[in-house]
Amino acid sequence: MEVSVTVNGTVRSADVEPRTLLVHYLRDVLGLTGTNIGCDTSSCGACTVLVDGRSAKSCTLLAAQVDGADVTTIEGLAGPDGLHPMQQAFHECHALQCGYCTPGMVMAAVSLLDEYDDIDADGVRVGLEGNLCRCTGYQNIVAAVLAAGE
Amino acid sequence: MTVTETPFTGGIVGKPRLRREDPALLTGEAKFIDDLQIPGALWLACVRSPYAHARITGIDTSAALAIAGVVAVYTGEDLADAWAAPLPCAWPVTDDMKNPAHYPIAQGKANYAGDIVAVVVAESRYAAADGIEGVVVDYEPLEAVVTIEDAETDRLVIHDDCGTNVSYVWELTPEPDAVTAAFAAAEHHITETFVHQRLIPTAMEPRGVAAVPAPHNGDMTLYSSTQIPHVLRVMAALTVGIPEQKLRVIAPSVGGGFGCKLNVYAEEILCIVLAQRHGVPVRWTEGRTEAAGSTVHGRAQRQTIELAADADGKLTAVRATLLADMGAYLQLVAPGVPLLGAFLYHGLYDVPVYSFTCKSVFTNLTPTDAYRGAGRPEATYAIERAMDALAVAVGVGQDEIRSRNFIPTEKFPYDSPAGLIFDSGNYQPTLDRAKELIDWDGRRAEQAERRAAGSTTHLGLGISSYVEMCGLAPSRTLAALNYGAGGWESATVRILPTCKVQVVTGATPHGQGHETCWSMIVADQLGIDPDDVEVLHSDTSISPLGMDTYGSRSLAVGGTAIWMATEQVIDKARAIAAHMLEANADDLEFAGGTFSVRGSPDKEVPLAGVAFGAFTAHDLPDGMEPNLQAQVTFDPSNFVFPFGTHIAVVEVDEATGAVELLDYAAVDDCGNQINPLIVEGQLHGGIVQGIAQALWEDAAYDADGQCRAANLADYLVPSAAECIDMKLDHTVTPSPSNPMGVKGIGEAGTIASTPAVMNAVVDALRPMGITDITMPASPMTVRRAIEAAQGGSA
Amino acid sequence: MIPAAVDYVLADSAEAAIAALTEAGDEAKLLAGGQSLVPLMRLRLATPSVLIDIGRLDDLSGISIDGDTVSIGALTTHSALEHSADLAAACPLLAHVAAQVGDPAVRHRGTLGGSLAHADPASDLPAAVLALGGTLVASGPGGSREIAATDFFTGFLESALGPDELLTEVRVPVSTGGWCYQKFNRRAQDWAIVGVVVAEAGAGVALVNMGSTPLRASGVEAAVAGGASAGDAAAVAADGTEPPTDNNADGDYRAHLARVLTERALTAAGA
Repeated sequence: MEVSVTVNGTVRSADVEPRTLLVHYLRDVLGLTGTNIGCDTSSCGACTVLVDGRSAKSCTLLAAQVDGADVTTIEGLAGPDGLHPMQQAFHECHALQCGYCTPGMVMAAVSLLDEYDDIDADGVRVGLEGNLCRCTGYQNIVAAVLAAGE
Repeated sequence: MTVTETPFTGGIVGKPRLRREDPALLTGEAKFIDDLQIPGALWLACVRSPYAHARITGIDTSAALAIAGVVAVYTGEDLADAWAAPLPCAWPVTDDMKNPAHYPIAQGKANYAGDIVAVVVAESRYAAADGIEGVVVDYEPLEAVVTIEDAETDRLVIHDDCGTNVSYVWELTPEPDAVTAAFAAAEHHITETFVHQRLIPTAMEPRGVAAVPAPHNGDMTLYSSTQIPHVLRVMAALTVGIPEQKLRVIAPSVGGGFGCKLNVYAEEILCIVLAQRHGVPVRWTEGRTEAAGSTVHGRAQRQTIELAADADGKLTAVRATLLADMGAYLQLVAPGVPLLGAFLYHGLYDVPVYSFTCKSVFTNLTPTDAYRGAGRPEATYAIERAMDALAVAVGVGQDEIRSRNFIPTEKFPYDSPAGLIFDSGNYQPTLDRAKELIDWDGRRAEQAERRAAGSTTHLGLGISSYVEMCGLAPSRTLAALNYGAGGWESATVRILPTCKVQVVTGATPHGQGHETCWSMIVADQLGIDPDDVEVLHSDTSISPLGMDTYGSRSLAVGGTAIWMATEQVIDKARAIAAHMLEANADDLEFAGGTFSVRGSPDKEVPLAGVAFGAFTAHDLPDGMEPNLQAQVTFDPSNFVFPFGTHIAVVEVDEATGAVELLDYAAVDDCGNQINPLIVEGQLHGGIVQGIAQALWEDAAYDADGQCRAANLADYLVPSAAECIDMKLDHTVTPSPSNPMGVKGIGEAGTIASTPAVMNAVVDALRPMGITDITMPASPMTVRRAIEAAQGGSA
Repeated sequence: MIPAAVDYVLADSAEAAIAALTEAGDEAKLLAGGQSLVPLMRLRLATPSVLIDIGRLDDLSGISIDGDTVSIGALTTHSALEHSADLAAACPLLAHVAAQVGDPAVRHRGTLGGSLAHADPASDLPAAVLALGGTLVASGPGGSREIAATDFFTGFLESALGPDELLTEVRVPVSTGGWCYQKFNRRAQDWAIVGVVVAEAGAGVALVNMGSTPLRASGVEAAVAGGASAGDAAAVAADGTEPPTDNNADGDYRAHLARVLTERALTAAGA
């Protein structure tokens, strides 16, 4: 079936099997490999992207479900002026080590700040409940998200 | 806090520096194994035994072969002649160690749930996934051995060719009679038995492999999400039987390892063999649920520790006895993992005599191997839990019992009763500072108030003081332990014509930040900008010599090699500068990237001028080779011994059994720090990983050998919501074992935190008479202990 | 893991979805947000032959309040429930429970109707709708019918929905009396090991993950109605239940938790 998605501002279309997961559509069909896969139970959040501006786990969506939608991946976050403020905050707070969870974590954090006003450290911690990191112990991630929100 | 001696004067080392690795990782530019676009690659998928123990009585591949996109299906019989050797175990810890033959595909019998029984090769990952559903395997299920206690009895022997489930018994008993005498004379004899549950390492990036052949010239490039491209090259070449020089191994960006990517795996060998056979690339990416049976687990041992002490609680002997679970086969370094803790069951305490014995057994479970800390978390857990028991027996505080037994600072270097030499240490300040950070006295008062008020939310404080041995390792020591390789590390430092620097390291990063740290070391030494230092690694064609990254060795061994190579480059540059300045080399000073003649500050030449001169070679001293470069292979003279004290504060809800972490302080000493930012990050992550063992993670198996926590919905890797901010500080006690005075910090957090939390949980419940909680301290486990202590049910 | 091959039909109306369901028979599955179904498909625990995607039926999404009744379109997302000021005023319990589902990304896609139709006893929202005494509206080839929440959950992952029926709306009474949701788990993102929903100061009490279906704790409700203390009422919370056993809890521990959490919830709700 033909699936057409606006990815990072550009309309992309491809003929795919209906079972194709959005994350495979992005990675294998469009070559946007920044979005990672860390589990098969919707638990880890490594595959988080924005669908119509809100975080979604791209391993838990069929590409068909977002036909016509607007998808932002990690590749679409940095602009011509450099890193997105969330990316910059992750860098400055040493909020990543191996970096595998990072694209999903950053996308989840961007969505979180957009969704919840005046979020505090506890709010950030709970708001990132669906994104697992094995390297950082989260302390610097929380600091980065708060810094980006200021 | 302590006098700091550092060879660094450039103003770069020792200050936090943001990581150069970040931009690629933050934007999706970094390429992990599954990100590689490999035209024409076939996809491998593995048919794995659903049974822990079963005879394979038939395999029908016809339905799979009929599935669109499936190219081939192979069974163990089909590939029986494909291997030159079984999958390697490089650590035969005893001469009579039992090591059953372990091939990439099982034949005849599957020995754990996850054992590969057939593989599918297909045109796409989707077709490969369909293909494995089409392979029909007939199994005759057999009774499984799922506990180490059952295994030990040999009631049911897993490997007929071994004749027993016991792989080895390893002993370290330098003075057995003295130990016996010490226990006979002891005022206090503490005996504690603890169980370390199985853990699933869970690097966030699942493993992956891609083998890319060049069929006509015989070259093979193996991409793997591995910590050990260098070791893998040697081992894979021997296992597959292709010449080592024809195999190039590349580790692309690697998304964490924690020991589980320190191995040689069936899928790596299978991809090479099938790429040879099909003449096209063959690749495989692990699924998370699949990983419970395809990637090694960690810990999994039962330990009994005995302390002998005098009336004041001063230790007179320590005796430890382990029963360790190897799983179904011996993976690369699995037998040695318990032994990395063998020397540390007396912790950082001054103990005259010591005894250690480990028996390791096979079970019908996923093989175990190194997992962050590898042996030292187990040792630290045993001694630190037991020290709390001793404190209770003696009637002193948990802090006091430790202070009474710390190895005194003046005894360093310390000849340990297990035969090691602890390089340097100053333990008491870490305890003092950690108590200060956590408000020890205030928390103790709060605990007493709650108890007096009859509160049902119980406060607990737990201390864990630790020392660990890392920086693996002196090659001669490894030889004494029968390890199959050396412990050196290699580095090349090369100054390019424009005074940019190329560093080639054999240490292979997978998230640690080597590039940033190595550039800081070299830039500090050379007086240049760290951004002018390029660091190359993780590709055996670029960095042919290396022993890779594990055991908190990268800085203490690999970093030292870089430091030494840079010193050699400076020496050569000095000779050239002297020639250029017509001065004596001994009269030259080198600072801020410039050579100058002492006393004649106008006579100077910048390193850039020397570098260009070395490149053009127009006017070098007689007999001197062109170019500024040096290659060093550093073999350390000793391990390094980082140490510290961590304190956890927890609250236990008596009604539900829920444990909440309220506060955490850690004071660590890893000698001189290169980049404090990285040190802090390693500690944060390491501490949480250790806390996760205490409170959440458990690769629980049922009686049939099925993992009940095979995916991330059931295996409870904590999220930010369960964790708290930690309070960190450090002391600095440089190591005399290397010129930079550094010690490793990659595993220290994990080593220290598990007993701190469990001591806190037990401290909270001790008034009820509870002296142990089995890990993880899940709400149900804690509640059951409370009910038992209260003598009734809920 | 990768789902098995499946056909896909995008429904452009409820009628079209019902027609497609009728035609495809019981090998078909409706796909709303997919937050429960897609993970099951990835593990190949669900292998429908055809997916009927109702995710674009925008007229089945939205919250409206008419007198004493809150009507919620079945495709309203958890996130929409969580952030609705109208719902926060009319039925704060439901808005709060919606905010406890999964994680933010799941809540952005998951739907109320999908959660109810999936009928997972460990899910948060089914118990909330039970405690609130809600009513579900199903449409089928023969038209619409109302199903009381108490009659809806018939077994583990089974509901009273016919194979050719589509859940279109959920109605709950306006409810601003004392309420509480006690969700007990080990990680924030996980399903409740046990959950207790209390509505209207104990007039409605329902249990999460205490049996093969979400359960109404009618014994507790009766005790509260009879003037029992929170502690006394909570003592019967687990009576008659057959709680499951898994990694986190066995049946006895779940029963204990149900009592503890019920007492806490009743107390917080002012029962």
